[in-house]
Amino acid sequence: MNAHTSRDRLYATAAGMLPASVAAIAHFPASDSPPSAPKRAWRVADKLRALAAQLIPPLLVLAAFLIVWELACSGPKSALPSPFKIWVEANDLIVSPFFNNGPQDIGLGWRVLTSLQRVGIGFGLAAVVGVLLGALVGQSVWAMRGLDPIFQVLRTVPPLAWLPIALAAFRDSVPSAIFVIFITAVWPVIINTAVGIRNIPQDYRNVALVLRLNHLEYFWRIMVPAAAPYIFTGLRIGIGLSWLAIVAAEMLTGGVGIGFFIWDAWNSSRLPDIVVALAYIGVTGFALDRLVALCARIVTHGTSER
Amino acid sequence: MDATFQKAPGASRGDGPEKRAFLKLDHVDKAFGNGRNAHVLADVNFSMREGEFVSIIGHSGCGKSTMLNLIAGLTPVTSGAVLLEDREVRSPGPDRAVVFQNHSLLPWLTVYDNVRIAVDKVFGSSKSRTERHSWTIHNLELVNMAHAKDKRPSEISGGMKQRVGIARALAMEPKVLLMDEPFGALDALTRAQLQDSVMQIHARLGNTAIMITHDVDEAVLLSDRIVMMTNGPAATIGEVLDVPLPRPRRRLELVADPVYIHCREAVLRFLYERHSTPNLVAAE
Repeated sequence: MNAHTSRDRLYATAAGMLPASVAAIAHFPASDSPPSAPKRAWRVADKLRALAAQLIPPLLVLAAFLIVWELACSGPKSALPSPFKIWVEANDLIVSPFFNNGPQDIGLGWRVLTSLQRVGIGFGLAAVVGVLLGALVGQSVWAMRGLDPIFQVLRTVPPLAWLPIALAAFRDSVPSAIFVIFITAVWPVIINTAVGIRNIPQDYRNVALVLRLNHLEYFWRIMVPAAAPYIFTGLRIGIGLSWLAIVAAEMLTGGVGIGFFIWDAWNSSRLPDIVVALAYIGVTGFALDRLVALCARIVTHGTSER
Repeated sequence: MDATFQKAPGASRGDGPEKRAFLKLDHVDKAFGNGRNAHVLADVNFSMREGEFVSIIGHSGCGKSTMLNLIAGLTPVTSGAVLLEDREVRSPGPDRAVVFQNHSLLPWLTVYDNVRIAVDKVFGSSKSRTERHSWTIHNLELVNMAHAKDKRPSEISGGMKQRVGIARALAMEPKVLLMDEPFGALDALTRAQLQDSVMQIHARLGNTAIMITHDVDEAVLLSDRIVMMTNGPAATIGEVLDVPLPRPRRRLELVADPVYIHCREAVLRFLYERHSTPNLVAAE
């Protein structure tokens, strides 16, 4: 667990470095104004320097962290595996994510993909349902009065508390896991969409009224683009929660996913495998977050810079 | 959509306003709130001819914007009626296009698409795709904005945005063009340019137009008649001033024109002598 949180912090540091280094890149060309051949060489050197400034601190911290970890856990009585031991024992998991040696002996890449597929379906449903329900709640005072209290209560229910109900309803682990993802991710999408739609300026509504846009046109041409920044905030929170929930759900439902792998490794005392799996989960979660953020930047290009 | 309205000649001055009521406000009352505690407009009666350019002027809080919203159909009347060509106005529609005070362009659409959305909506069934494209471009050219058609609203200046807002309204071929302080947020030079543009367009298309303004010079320069509002609450039309200046009007020549000076003085006297204290309770 300790390893996991520290690793998370490392990624956070790497992400935090980005703006500073971008600023550094932006600063350098301003200092050398007359362009010539040696200057170009300088510019390349500057870029390399900026890149190094971006990469060296996280690498140094990572190295220091691994050394401390190695020192702390290398003793013969240590309860947790040291980095060296993990490298030796879980080598196949680290080096080849996509090997396939039979039904239960497959690379972590495959397991992550299975989990991602479930998240994809559950989160996709949550996005569609969340935006539609959010639009309803944001648009109609009556719908808000009726639904908002229910939403406020249900959204506080922890994801895994839904699992037994889902298992009873679907009688199968895969749709149950997908349902848990859905029910986890849908609330922030609903709530943010509703807020976004409530904040649509009256001017845009008046434009729609004068043009006599019908409900569908209003939804696609005014509501969705105007509320897009809010919708994407909801989606970004939702995808993070989904990824948190799938690991927990899979631990309980079993099957192929990355969550079950951790539970299985724990039951067969393969601690190094668990540490590697945590790294996979962290990197994937980070990638998912960045992906949604990127989509948001592309889609809300017009709306955000008013 | 009846395109022939655009070709109607400008109002010939000297006709009585009752001769042909194109747009008529008939005993219009407007109050907000259930207890009718905020009585904004009381017993407003006014008739307009086709092709006329009318300004509404008055202090803040006199219900100018409310009056425009009533004509646009964005706000329902409490009693009385707004009649356009003898039909009662009940809801907003493209035959009463509005140029909003703060342009109200959709920031996620380009300049072209902001006009095109209106063109598609109004002429979706009556014009072909190519016709709608050229009509969009035509209207952008009318306000000298065709060069910026692919820019987004955030990339152009306030005056340019307002031009696009005017193009969007004109593209709907409205029977009445409604302008809610269209130049209020612009600097004086841009303002003068746009006023000239609006005069040219009005001379060319002969639209019926209603403009709300705070600016006495703007009102006298652009209008055939000026509607002067008393102060709220329960504001009404205090006086209607004819502006018998020949068109085309040129800003510089008018400065010393006795008729212009007289009209300007009449409006100023109305605003600052007879109705000088704006009631601050009824905020606009």
